[in-house]
Amino acid sequence: MTVRQAQGEQDSSEFAIVVEGIRNAFGDHVIHEDLSLKVRKGEILGVVGGSGSGKSVLMRSIIGLQHPDQGSIEVLGRSMTDPAAPQDAVDVRSRWGVLFQGGALFSTLTVAENVEVPLREFYPEITDELRHEIGRYKVMLSGLPEEAAAKFPSELSGGMRKRAGLARALALDPELLFLDEPTAGLDPIGAAAFDALTLELQETLGLTVFLITHDLDTLHEICDRVAVIADKRVIAVGTIDELVALDHPWIQEYFNGPRGRAAASAQDRAKAMDIAAKGKA
Amino acid sequence: MQGCSRLAAKAIFAHVCEAMRDVASYSLEDDGKGGRLLRLSGVWLVSTLGSLDRELRTLEGPITRIDMSDMSDLDTVGAWIAWRLIRDHEAPVTGQSEEAHRLIEAVSGSKGTGDIRPPQPPLLQWVPDFVGRIVSNWGTGFVNMLDFLGELLFAIWQIIREPRRFRVKALVRQIELVGVTSLGIIALMSFLVGIVIAQQGAVQLRQFGAEIYTINLTGRLSMRELGVLMTSIMVAGRSGSAFAAQIGTMKLTEEVDAMRTIGVSPMEALVVPRVLAAMLMMPLLGFYSALVAIIGGAFLSTFALDIPFFTFLTRIQEVVPTHDMWVALIKGPVFGAIVALAGCYQGMQVKGNAEEVGLRTTAAVVQAIFMVIVLDAFFAIFFTEVGWG
Repeated sequence: MTVRQAQGEQDSSEFAIVVEGIRNAFGDHVIHEDLSLKVRKGEILGVVGGSGSGKSVLMRSIIGLQHPDQGSIEVLGRSMTDPAAPQDAVDVRSRWGVLFQGGALFSTLTVAENVEVPLREFYPEITDELRHEIGRYKVMLSGLPEEAAAKFPSELSGGMRKRAGLARALALDPELLFLDEPTAGLDPIGAAAFDALTLELQETLGLTVFLITHDLDTLHEICDRVAVIADKRVIAVGTIDELVALDHPWIQEYFNGPRGRAAASAQDRAKAMDIAAKGKA
Repeated sequence: MQGCSRLAAKAIFAHVCEAMRDVASYSLEDDGKGGRLLRLSGVWLVSTLGSLDRELRTLEGPITRIDMSDMSDLDTVGAWIAWRLIRDHEAPVTGQSEEAHRLIEAVSGSKGTGDIRPPQPPLLQWVPDFVGRIVSNWGTGFVNMLDFLGELLFAIWQIIREPRRFRVKALVRQIELVGVTSLGIIALMSFLVGIVIAQQGAVQLRQFGAEIYTINLTGRLSMRELGVLMTSIMVAGRSGSAFAAQIGTMKLTEEVDAMRTIGVSPMEALVVPRVLAAMLMMPLLGFYSALVAIIGGAFLSTFALDIPFFTFLTRIQEVVPTHDMWVALIKGPVFGAIVALAGCYQGMQVKGNAEEVGLRTTAAVVQAIFMVIVLDAFFAIFFTEVGWG
């Protein structure tokens, strides 16, 4: 039995994140009302919703940057909202990685130093030499050339900055990865490459991924399930096929609008080509 | 009862977990064929490997085989260290799990060596480089300053030719920010400084029995020098820094570029109202500050020197010549212009990152205060020379 399996048993659940009945409000403006969501271990869950529907606020609530007014949140078996166990919320931080929308790299540190920040924070006993090595191979794992390790964030392009942010999110070998609109602002080639990278890392490292996106191609390509936020709560969770079968105006508009259809048919074409190629072989 | 035993079981379990988590180990054995076998065992995670890494680095070769069959779990850090051993000792691996194989494959693309910062040139090269950079920065700074002033004069000329371009609303807003909102803090500061001057002056003058001259000291010093000087420093700290930070942030978020493309001159919209507001407000604030300082002095005299409050104020009229007020009112707009120009200029020079905004804001305040004090010294000599001593 491995330690991670042991921890899994301690968690005693198949879910990495359990959000139950939370309410978030800024003044009179209610963002979430009685919102519940469960993220299974090992899946890539896409979260969609209109602009301003509270996707980012949900992520911020889960990672403890925003305290919900009501309800409970459990991450990897630890409560984020239980005032009796504040240490839980701190301990769990070394087991997740977060990629913010703009990368949120520390602008005065180089890429490699950015990756080393969480290592330095949580494992001060690691020698400088090993830490530098870890920094460099994480940079390589996130798909950047190794020369990029010594560069400052301001010297990188938008896509490279996202990858550098991902390298930092992966610094502690997390079990859970939060991605906030990872492909926004990338060109289609860069976005597709980032999707492929996310999928590859998820498979290699066995990650659970919580992915906020507007990118329909990303949803079709890599997400196991999709959660839809509308009317201040999660109205549906399921595979895209399951969601399309639902009779909700927003979901219909989202997946069957011109862009949704284009992404779906691109996916179908890709599958058809796959099958054709296999047939030939 | 049941709950209790479950708790106990959980505690034992956690303890076992804790023990397991601590173990990452290795051993060197003879493999029976004259070679040496390195056996890696336990849990190889980022949390367990910190201290082991140092030992593994100094491991003496030659190692003929690395066995990983006793390794119960690993993450990429464990995989990296294992990969480094495999690479450095050029030893074949046995007994690796599928997960280990996958992770080692993933990390093996990295060399793991190289710079993590842009390389620093040697000292002999670095020092001249640094000095040269400072000199050239002064040069470009001077040119940029001229550029900025030229652009400002041009904007003012445009406004004079076409007065409807003048932004009254922005000016009023800046007057409020620079002038009205600082009344409280300037009053507090001036009142306290007035008390200090009167009190310290009285202590010294008492030695000559000339305590009554405390009134001259407080009145003339506040009116002529301290009122406007302290106000300049306060405005530099409050408004000059705000100008630099606001305009600098607008540069970063490309708001200034957006203005230019729409056809709005940033000089007209941002700089002229701020400079004008500071020039208008500074003499008023300086005069106000002097009055409050005098009231502070009078307040102290009433209680500590037995000079009645209103006697103090009447004497002020007799001992402070009118030209002291003119000195302050002439210096005011000049100092205001310096503070605002330093703030706006530094703000407009921001490019790159958030750190730059901080550096430029600091530079704006330091430059403004320095220039104000230097100019104040010149003014002091000048006004004495022209007979306003």
